[in-house]
Amino acid sequence: MFDFMNRILRDDGGSKDRAVERLRLVLIHDRAKVAPRFMEALKEDLIAVISKYMEIDEEGLDVTLDSDESSTALVASIPIRKMKRSYD
Amino acid sequence: MDSMVLVVTSGKGGVGKTTTVANIGTGLAKRGKKVVMVDADIGLRNLDVVMGLENRIVFDLVDVVEGQCRLKQALVKDRRLEGLYLLPAAQTREKDAVQPEQMKALCDELRQEFDYVVIDCPAGIEQGFKNAIAGADEALIVTTPEVSAVRDADRIVGLLQASGLTNPKLIINRIRPDMVKKGDMIGIEDVNGVLALDLLGVIPDDESIIISTNRGEPVVLDKNSHAGEAYRNIVARIEGEDVPLMSLDFDDGFIGKLKKMFGI
Repeated sequence: MFDFMNRILRDDGGSKDRAVERLRLVLIHDRAKVAPRFMEALKEDLIAVISKYMEIDEEGLDVTLDSDESSTALVASIPIRKMKRSYD
Repeated sequence: MDSMVLVVTSGKGGVGKTTTVANIGTGLAKRGKKVVMVDADIGLRNLDVVMGLENRIVFDLVDVVEGQCRLKQALVKDRRLEGLYLLPAAQTREKDAVQPEQMKALCDELRQEFDYVVIDCPAGIEQGFKNAIAGADEALIVTTPEVSAVRDADRIVGLLQASGLTNPKLIINRIRPDMVKKGDMIGIEDVNGVLALDLLGVIPDDESIIISTNRGEPVVLDKNSHAGEAYRNIVARIEGEDVPLMSLDFDDGFIGKLKKMFGI
């Protein structure tokens, strides 16, 4: 009975979904062999390149890996402060 | 038939490698095969205890490799089954007492005598792991439905592939069907969804495993155990039989037993 009440009151389904999601994310990073340091280096290079063309919000920059069944993607969210004028 | 060298590995410790080796070895011998189980966990010997053979050890794997005794002298014969032998690990030595080439040579020597060589790999990915897989034809990966165990299994898949063991088979241990049903345990499909390996079998979490380990008698010999049945199925699949996954919807209550009695 207590178990039944617990299930009604719990809104997130079982703990399994949470475990599967955590497993999925941890494997993406393991398999890509991307150390946090590596991601930081990538971020800095991205900032350097993009800053040549536009002014970006470095604090708001977010770079992560995500994947579905068949592929892995590098997902970057880069807030732009303003575009730089073209040189000519 | 050509003989086959199987290594049972997992990365993470405590997921049931040794129990799996004991049951697969015993199950194959029960079918009349000549089997040797090799405990490659040097320094942390355990397979002897799980098999109930701890009082019969004179020499060990390191003695054989170093030439202190002949291979036949170190093999411990099983109490129950004809054709079942154990090559115990050394208990007081370090893992680097053996090199991968020596393990390979040992496996090839055992091939001459046995249909199956089943190797119990130590946890971890260091020297002991490299030794254990060196002479293997095929790898079996044991995991449990937990994030940490599946993650380590995935790492092992990569390391095995780098060593030429490209098609490891998966065994999922300690599934609790009631918890899976409630949505509180990672299920078979979820595990294999991320690992994408050939599934060799699923073993339910079962009290009979603890009882049989206490006694030093592999559960595969217990006709009434669900885990024993799961291991018998795995053994049949290793032998090339096409056995479907058993239903994990157990009904062990009074009504269920009554139903079973009347075959409905």
